[in-house]
Amino acid sequence: MSPLPQQTYQRLRQEADRRRREFAEFPGPRIHIGMATCGIAAGALETRTAFEEALTEFDIPARIHPVGCCGHCYAEPVVIIDHPASGFPPIFYPEVNAGKARMLAKLFLKEGDPRLEHILGATVANDLVPSVMEFPRFNLERRMVMEKCGRIDPEDIHDYIAEGGYAALAQALPRLPAAIVEEIESAGLRGRGGAGFPTGRKWALARDAAGDEKFVICNADEGDPGAYMDRTLLESNPHQILEGMIICGHAVGAQRGIIYVRAEYPLAVRIVTQAVCQARELGLLGRAVLGAPFGFDIDVFQGSGAFVCGEETALTRSIEGFRGMPVARPPYPVQRGLDGKPTIVNNVKTFACVPPILENGTEWFRAIGTPSSPGTAIFSVVGSVVHPGLVEIPMGASLRTLIFDICGGIPKKKKFKAVQIGGPSGGCLSEAFLDTPIDFDSLTRAGAMMGSGGMVVMDEDACQVDVARFFIDFTQKESCGKCTFCRIGTRHLLGILERLTQGQGREGDLELLGQLSQDIQTGSLCGLGKTAPNPVLTSLRYFREDYEAHVNEKRCPGNMCRPLIAYYIDLARCARGCNACEGCCPVDAVFITRDRKRGIDQVKCVKCGECVTACPPEYNAVRRVSPPHLAPVVERPPMGENSSKLEAESSTKLG
Amino acid sequence: MELRDGDIAKLDDLRSALQQMGRERGRLIPILQRVQEQLSYLPPAAIELVAEHLQIPASEIYGVATFYNQFRFNPPGRHPIKVCLGTACHVKGGDIILENFERKLQIEEGQTTPDREFSIDRVACVGCCALAPVAIVGETLYGKMQPSKVEGIVLRVRIEKEQQERDQCGHEPSPPADLPATPAGS
Repeated sequence: MSPLPQQTYQRLRQEADRRRREFAEFPGPRIHIGMATCGIAAGALETRTAFEEALTEFDIPARIHPVGCCGHCYAEPVVIIDHPASGFPPIFYPEVNAGKARMLAKLFLKEGDPRLEHILGATVANDLVPSVMEFPRFNLERRMVMEKCGRIDPEDIHDYIAEGGYAALAQALPRLPAAIVEEIESAGLRGRGGAGFPTGRKWALARDAAGDEKFVICNADEGDPGAYMDRTLLESNPHQILEGMIICGHAVGAQRGIIYVRAEYPLAVRIVTQAVCQARELGLLGRAVLGAPFGFDIDVFQGSGAFVCGEETALTRSIEGFRGMPVARPPYPVQRGLDGKPTIVNNVKTFACVPPILENGTEWFRAIGTPSSPGTAIFSVVGSVVHPGLVEIPMGASLRTLIFDICGGIPKKKKFKAVQIGGPSGGCLSEAFLDTPIDFDSLTRAGAMMGSGGMVVMDEDACQVDVARFFIDFTQKESCGKCTFCRIGTRHLLGILERLTQGQGREGDLELLGQLSQDIQTGSLCGLGKTAPNPVLTSLRYFREDYEAHVNEKRCPGNMCRPLIAYYIDLARCARGCNACEGCCPVDAVFITRDRKRGIDQVKCVKCGECVTACPPEYNAVRRVSPPHLAPVVERPPMGENSSKLEAESSTKLG
Repeated sequence: MELRDGDIAKLDDLRSALQQMGRERGRLIPILQRVQEQLSYLPPAAIELVAEHLQIPASEIYGVATFYNQFRFNPPGRHPIKVCLGTACHVKGGDIILENFERKLQIEEGQTTPDREFSIDRVACVGCCALAPVAIVGETLYGKMQPSKVEGIVLRVRIEKEQQERDQCGHEPSPPADLPATPAGS
């Protein structure tokens, strides 16, 4: 007789615990380095090499433990050093470059001095070092989906099992599928892909659909520019997603799962493929999952970069080998999906929510968040904030808490202007909405959308017309071309917005934008077209003065639209002999004036703004104005005169 | 563009590799991805091979391949430059970075320099928004880009190449005048 799933699981757990003990009992220090794409981009590979070299050089018996991303992108590369022999608790170090790594290896690991001026805090409460949990960036978060991210090695399945992973699967397998579907339904879990469809109802429909062959698809085609939580989850904790998919397979009676992941995420593809292989080796996938009479296997399919493939019918067409164009629903994929078979398509985060729910119960889940949107939401907060990164908060928290308390507010003492939520399908909200609770329904009412959870914060220097143009440019390129309104309508929207940002706006343009947007919403089949005008509609509603300034005054209030601005050098502040702006100008537009200060040739200037960055703060002489005719005219001296001045200047410098 | 000698050899490899792969329609996109992995683009000859293998018209394959952003039909440069134009990068001036690369290399986005060293592409988002604006040159990701860094990056790649060639030939170091001329102020 085949052993029960629980018993098989216990054996896996014992093995994982043994390995964990071996690691924990190792007397030397342990170095955890965040090695997801963002960490690597910030230089985690160099940090790791520096540690390895230093450990050999100073002969320190330490272990390096590569982990995933903990979401604190502002602090990358992140290193946590656990050095029990020093008497200090595990310490979180931000921005550890190669030099800092070497210094820490020598001074902390070798000599026992943790260099407290470089720390962010200890990871646990203690009497010696302030804990990171005292900071709002840490203690206002509620980690459920991302709980294990940044703590475990994503390339080692035992690390996940030792943290209690796959226990929910072992519990679920002996239960009746109907009971699991019911539990997910009563937990009130809503799909995390953006629209918020109740997951339990979707599963129930798929379970009741006729047919022996069914599919479970994990939608990891995260095409929304500015959102990267799915990538982080796949790179930092792939097994939680696999576990959710296997449980779903058992609940709806499917035998095959497919993870549809963007080919643009090479590391995520590699890690998730490896995770599937490891799960197969341990019998968590295959003919008899954990020895139970239930077979399930998962394949990884690489999406080829089409935004519209995030829509479930387009996604299945793409897997079948066709152009990813949405088809009319019904029939819904849960009735007739991939190859005409009942198919569940859920987002990465939805599957990742399933194991914690089954483990802790529906009451526990419903206690987090709001009654209509229980659970947590993950946002990638980027743009003008002090602490950008991934934040997991309970639903119902306000935008103000998220932006100002957790992410530290707007840098450089600038004012908050807008927050863009939900990417190309979402909208821009103004200051008046800062106290709006974050959940599916409130955001939709405000005209934005939960979407995939991308959030871009903009300060007073942002131009809402330009942001709307940016998103329409994106959706216009990504429209699959099936519906006329989406294909041609977005093209016209873009044309009007481009005119506005170039200072060629006409009377009546704003009304036309509003009308066209509504027509596109009505005349489109799928979510892409239905939501594409949202960025225009919300910015028209909340930032109409920006639009009016573009049309009536040919002025850009945020000084962003380059045809509408000019740079000039304030001669009262410019210092003689300083050459910073001239040296950095990529097009040689900076010239020397008669009294050896600097001026900008408006014809040559490409308005890249590099001279603003280069001008030393004590002079702060470069100004940006809109409309461009406000810039004072400074004559460029004739060639001969200029060069003789230059010679005179260089000779005085030499002298 | 003409096929290079190396590509012709790779096409032969491809022909034999295709025999191992399934012939059902669902294999189309994985096969195209495999072709692009080997040849770094989809030349017409390769499309013909795939069409023959799957028994579907080449026009149909073009229809699918042109739909997806991943596939390219001209060879990329040896150092492909990808400039991220996601939301965060856009707000922080990603388009200015793109323009600077275009100006420096005198090609436009989607094109390859005549010596096939560089190509420029825009990408929607590489998922490193906290480091915006971001550009990827070859395998290296440059975060917090600035327009004035562009010239240095291009120059570094050119000097490294020069260095490699010199090391391979075993020649004495050539005088600095031999460095590839970078168009000044272009």
